[in-house]
Amino acid sequence: MSGATDPGTGRANLEVFAEIVEELAAADPSLLVVTSDSRGSARLSAFASRMPNRIVEVGIAEQNLVGVAAGLVAGGRTVIAVSPASFLATRSLEQIKHDVCYSDRPVILVGVSAGVSYGALGSTHHSLHDFAALRAIHNITVVAPADNWETREALRAAADARSPVYIRFGKKPIPDLPRRVEFSFGKGRIIRDGSDGAFIATGETVWRALAAADALAKTGASVSVVSMHTVKPLDVELVCTVGRSVGAVVAVEEHSEHGGLGDACARVLLEAGLAPRYRVAAIPDEYTVSGSQDEILSHYGISESGLFRMMSALLSEG
Amino acid sequence: MTLDELKRKSVSYRRDILTFIYLAGAGHTGGSLSCIDIINVLYNAIMDISPENWESLQRDVYIQSKGHSVEALYVVLADLGFFDRSELRTGNRFQTRLIGHPSRKVPGVEHNTGGLGHGLSVSVGLALAAKLDNRKSRVFCLLGDGELTEGSNWEAAMSGAHYKLDNLVAIVDRNRLQITGGTAEVNELEPLEDKWSAFGWAVRRTNGHDIAKVVEALSDLPFAGGQPGLLIADTVKGKGISFIEGRVDWHHKVPSRDQYELAMRELEVLP
Repeated sequence: MSGATDPGTGRANLEVFAEIVEELAAADPSLLVVTSDSRGSARLSAFASRMPNRIVEVGIAEQNLVGVAAGLVAGGRTVIAVSPASFLATRSLEQIKHDVCYSDRPVILVGVSAGVSYGALGSTHHSLHDFAALRAIHNITVVAPADNWETREALRAAADARSPVYIRFGKKPIPDLPRRVEFSFGKGRIIRDGSDGAFIATGETVWRALAAADALAKTGASVSVVSMHTVKPLDVELVCTVGRSVGAVVAVEEHSEHGGLGDACARVLLEAGLAPRYRVAAIPDEYTVSGSQDEILSHYGISESGLFRMMSALLSEG
Repeated sequence: MTLDELKRKSVSYRRDILTFIYLAGAGHTGGSLSCIDIINVLYNAIMDISPENWESLQRDVYIQSKGHSVEALYVVLADLGFFDRSELRTGNRFQTRLIGHPSRKVPGVEHNTGGLGHGLSVSVGLALAAKLDNRKSRVFCLLGDGELTEGSNWEAAMSGAHYKLDNLVAIVDRNRLQITGGTAEVNELEPLEDKWSAFGWAVRRTNGHDIAKVVEALSDLPFAGGQPGLLIADTVKGKGISFIEGRVDWHHKVPSRDQYELAMRELEVLP
């Protein structure tokens, strides 16, 4: 395992988030963080102690969390609303739709411990629906950063965006990935070149895809890896470029197989008349097997070995 | 504005609401007629809000949580010059700005509402921002009584009291009817004063059609220092038109030509 794919070399995006919140709060005196008894889950307890006048607590009330956040924005404040992704994306879905997106109040929505980060806590706490739910809502950017650098850049970009943004990430250490090009929403990041196949991955599956691509290289297969940090709006141009340049594409996401990155890329490829051999590595339509995040992802093939096998099989069909 | 002037405004607003709904062929007739006296008093006697100070964060703020009664808001905004009165004839038409629920595309509308149980949380956020920034801006939120069964209202109620938002006043248009029938039959709301008091709000109750009493109830603010205020305005759905008053079937019924003309004749009699 190289440094770029060794999770031991990085930190949790959650910890990076806490640092960036302090950076943004120092730079913007109007910034407030709204939490729903979620400051601990979001690693913001230290921030709350250091800058107590910058945190608004609403208790365990996610609908109110987002409604109050929209009102604070209407009142001239910059606002980050934080809650576990599972609850933020659907308990408060109508508030996101009406009060943030439709009313165009650019709240920065941060879903922590996303995907299956909560592991054995079970399906109530998993957010495998957030991409699907939010992709169908107009006026929101949906982002899953792949590493600490993307998390930093995404949060800074969200603070400047003046339109609603949803950012979701996990809580386990992840490696920082190569090729830090200029970050902007809607522009994917090519972290590995390849001419036979391509992984288009998002969020914290990207380093797993990179590990699989590195392993495939040892077998003589040249596989590129794209971090598609912005699930919406999708980088259509890059998806098409990838679709034209390789014979096999695997989309990878820590999300339901329905309505996420895999579906989005498939549509783009079909509409462009491109037909690479195509698979989606995602969570199937079932309540997940119990286990840790790593165990669950491995069970469903969203791991170095699982992605290696899926891509090898796809390449061998050619 | 004098009380007599306010009363005349209410009559002319009722005529405008009926005309809007008749021309649009759609609208929430009963609810717009029950809350129009409240909106009239807010905009013409209580709030510091106008097209001229719209961009200022110091002005007062109005959030209409019961978004479906939007016709009542449109006629007041047009009267105050937020947009031209002639636009009221475009309601419900293709590509109109004046759709069936408040939208920020319409000058003077603060927040997009329509889904119920949303306005109070947003109002809490607005009032909290004003408090934190030491602005004099006050926030007024109009709630329907039927929408109080939405749990999000009570999340917001707890927050409003927790943050001691005495710059926030919520007004319940207590017309006792919703689309299915009486609120008491659908889901009992009483004792409403006790509920809001228990949630930490300072409560007043008044006749929501008695202009003098509504003015009185909203003039002396805050209701209590360190507490958000809740005014229960007892109203009659369809108020002002004999054959619409208190009729559940007029929730969103549109008057026929004969009914429209009859209603307009009833509204020629000034109070």
